[in-house]
Amino acid sequence: MSASYGQIVKDGLWENNGVLCMLLGMCPTMAMTGTATNGFGMGLATAAVMAASNLMVAMFRNYVTHEVRIPVYILIVAANVTFVDLVMNAWMHELYKVLGLFIPLIVSNCLPLARLEAFAAKEKVLPSLLDGLFMGLGFTFALTAIGAVREIIGQGTLFADAALLLGPAFTFLEMRIMPADWGILVLILPPGGFLVAGLMVVAKRMIDLASGKQIKMAGAHSV
Amino acid sequence: MSATIRPTWVHATILGTFCAGFGVLLAATDIVTKEPIQDRALEDKMASLALVIPKSIHDNNPVTDAITLPNPGGHEATTVYRAMMGGKPTGYAYEYTANGGYGGPIKLMLGIDATGKLLGVRVISHKETPGLGDKIDAAKTDWITRFTGLSLGNPPVEKWKVKKDGGQFDQFSGATITPRAVVGGIRSGLEYFTANKSRMMEKQ
Repeated sequence: MSASYGQIVKDGLWENNGVLCMLLGMCPTMAMTGTATNGFGMGLATAAVMAASNLMVAMFRNYVTHEVRIPVYILIVAANVTFVDLVMNAWMHELYKVLGLFIPLIVSNCLPLARLEAFAAKEKVLPSLLDGLFMGLGFTFALTAIGAVREIIGQGTLFADAALLLGPAFTFLEMRIMPADWGILVLILPPGGFLVAGLMVVAKRMIDLASGKQIKMAGAHSV
Repeated sequence: MSATIRPTWVHATILGTFCAGFGVLLAATDIVTKEPIQDRALEDKMASLALVIPKSIHDNNPVTDAITLPNPGGHEATTVYRAMMGGKPTGYAYEYTANGGYGGPIKLMLGIDATGKLLGVRVISHKETPGLGDKIDAAKTDWITRFTGLSLGNPPVEKWKVKKDGGQFDQFSGATITPRAVVGGIRSGLEYFTANKSRMMEKQ
């Protein structure tokens, strides 16, 4: 039953990627990928909440009865999100001003809930923590990639405002790929999110096919 | 699935315990973070006021030296932040909502000196189209700074419009509705000042 750590990492980052394979968490994926920086920030916040929630559910897994597990999971995710929201607002205010908008959105993401139900509810504490973390990082990777494509085509920049999110040391990330008056507006607007996310799913499948792997059927039940 | 069927009260107790536990945790977090969060909100307010009221014209704290003006017709009350120098008012700042934006109302922060001249204007929040209407945001272009130093008589009221409507302010290529709303909002914000100037000066 218990999965190898290497497989957990591979599943989370690529093979069973939350966005590109399972197609979960589409709400924040559409809303927060206007720029690569936004996608990256949303992904990191989600990864933190997923790791903490997976850890807690794995700890309590023997005390929660099957019948009330869903409300308890939602409670745990919501409590974690509120906790992160308050603490960031109080002590990491600069970061909060950029990310604050995204944090409450994590509750509406069904990817954390899916991992709690499919993984953390059955597995030991350490694998669950890793699964939450790497599923979250895979989510971060997908959102950053979608954001980067939308940003480059939509407004010609890459990682705009990265210094606001990560600190002045990361100003070098902010690049202008296309001339200043470049911009295909539809990519920045909501339809662009659907278009690019869809193309990314296709791209992932083509890469998997080309490398001769069997396509993993999309589904929350991995392992 | 579970082999035995447990009575309902077992599930209820488990769920209740979790709710109580996390409730206590969140209440404790709230108590600890309440004061820092209020401090941060105050700092943010002061930082945004500093953009529309230059530091050199006041020696008080406009955030704490604020008065609330109730508005007729059930509109939301306006909070006016007052800049004072040696006890005399030198400037006022207040939020004003410009209606008619492409994506809904646009919230402005106006800074006005005692004679009715604009010290500065900033867009606080808006839902305009990225890449088109969002050029009103000081983070994107410096369009909004052109209003600094203007007043109701300068330019004359009939010129307080975008060029397309016969006024003197540039619209953006591809976006007229947004700048039209902002120009109209600033003009009407200045008229609000003229109408409420005496109330703003009252001690409270």
